[in-house]
Amino acid sequence: MGGIADLGGTSGWGRVHPPRADEPVFAEPWQGRATALTILAIRLSGRNIDAFRYALDRLDRAAYLDQGYFGRWLNAAEMMLVEGAVLAPGELDARARALSDGHVENPGEPARPDPSAPAWPAAPGSLRTIDAAPAFAVGQRVRAGNGSPAGPTRLPGYVRGHVGIVEAVQPAAVFPDTNALFQGENPQYVYSVRFASHELWGEHADSFAVTVELFENYLEACS
Amino acid sequence: MTTGGGADRVPSAALRTAALEQLLVERGLVDPRMVDAFIANYETNVGPLNGAKVVAKAWTDPDYRRRLLAEGTAAIKELGFGGAQGEHIVVVENTPTAHNVVVCTLCSCYPWPVLGLPPSWYKDPAYRARMVREPRTVLAEMGLDLGDDVQITVRDSTSEVRWLVLPERPAGTEHLSEAELVPLITRDAMVGVAKVAAP
Repeated sequence: MGGIADLGGTSGWGRVHPPRADEPVFAEPWQGRATALTILAIRLSGRNIDAFRYALDRLDRAAYLDQGYFGRWLNAAEMMLVEGAVLAPGELDARARALSDGHVENPGEPARPDPSAPAWPAAPGSLRTIDAAPAFAVGQRVRAGNGSPAGPTRLPGYVRGHVGIVEAVQPAAVFPDTNALFQGENPQYVYSVRFASHELWGEHADSFAVTVELFENYLEACS
Repeated sequence: MTTGGGADRVPSAALRTAALEQLLVERGLVDPRMVDAFIANYETNVGPLNGAKVVAKAWTDPDYRRRLLAEGTAAIKELGFGGAQGEHIVVVENTPTAHNVVVCTLCSCYPWPVLGLPPSWYKDPAYRARMVREPRTVLAEMGLDLGDDVQITVRDSTSEVRWLVLPERPAGTEHLSEAELVPLITRDAMVGVAKVAAP
C-alpha cells in the first residue's frame, strides 16, 4: 500500500552502518524475547506471515522507526494480538507501566479469542503447486503495475510502471495481497524481473541492475 | 530507556516486551521455555556458519557447486539446513566482473537457515532505501570498492524467494581444505557487501 515499510529508493536516511564482525544476534535480552513472541503472536492472533508484514506496513512512523527493528516487530505483534482479540487495546502499555513503577491501572477486561472466528488457511509455508502454466517466459519484457493498491502489496513503489525482463520463473506462491486479508491464497507464479538502473532512476543513474520478485498479478506483457 | 513515570509516558520496548510475555503466559498461550529455546537456537545453532559450510563445499566440490547453483534449496538441504525463511533459496555466484548483493526494501527478508537472523545494518532504513538506488556508493561506504567494470546486480527480496551469494574464492587459498576454508567465509560476503579475504 506504499506505507512506511516501502523504503526502496527513498532518501534522507544518511549513511549506512558498516558491518561489525562481533555484532551479537541480540544486543539486549528483550530483543530476542520480542522476536520469539512476535513469531508466536502471528499464530496466536490467527494471522499469517503476510498479515504480519501488512501489520508492519500499517505502523505509524514512530512505531516503525523509533525503537528499531525489534521495536517494530513488538508493535506489529501488539497490533495483531489486539486485532485478533487476544489483547484488549491499551492493555499492553497498561501492564508495562504497572511493571515499571507499580502504577495501578485498570487494563479493562482482557479480550479472548472468538471461538466462532473462521479458521484461517493453515497450509505450511508459502509455496504452492498449481496447474496453470506461467503467463510469462524468461527473456520476456514485462511492465510492473502502476496502480496504488489501498491494501497490502509486495509490489515496491519504485518499480511501478517500469519495464523489465523476466530473468527467472520462480515457484508459485501464495499471493500476499489477498492472503494478508484472509481473502484466499490465490497461488500464482513469481518472476524475478531484472530492471536496468536507467529505467528506474533515469539516465544519470549509475549503471547497475535490480532484480525484484514480482507476482504474476503485478505484471503485464510489454511489447 | 524509559523507567518509571505515569500514564503519559511511553514504556520502554524492554518493559513492553516483558509485559507482552507476562500477558501471554498468564493466558496460557505461551510457555517461556519456547521463547528461551527460540533465542538459544538463533544465538548458537542457526547462523552464518551454516552458509559458510555451504560455500566451502561449493568451492571444493564442483558437482556440489553445480547442484547449488541449479537447485539451491535442495543442495543446502543436503547439508541439513532448511526451515523457516528458507523455503526457496536461490544461490548466485559472484565473479571478478559480476557482483550480486542482497537487500529487502519492503521489510528485512533474509535466508535464516544459512545466515541466521539479519544483522543490524541489513535492517537499517538507509541500507534498504539506498541499495537499490546507488549500490556502488553504499558498498563503498561499507568498505567494498568495486571498479566501474564490475556489473552490479541488486537482489531485492520481495517474495518468499531468498538469495544467498556464493562469493569468489580468494587467490592463495588453493591449498586449503574445505574445513580450513569455512572460517574465512563471512556473513557479509554471503550477502554481497564484502569479499572473502585470504588468511
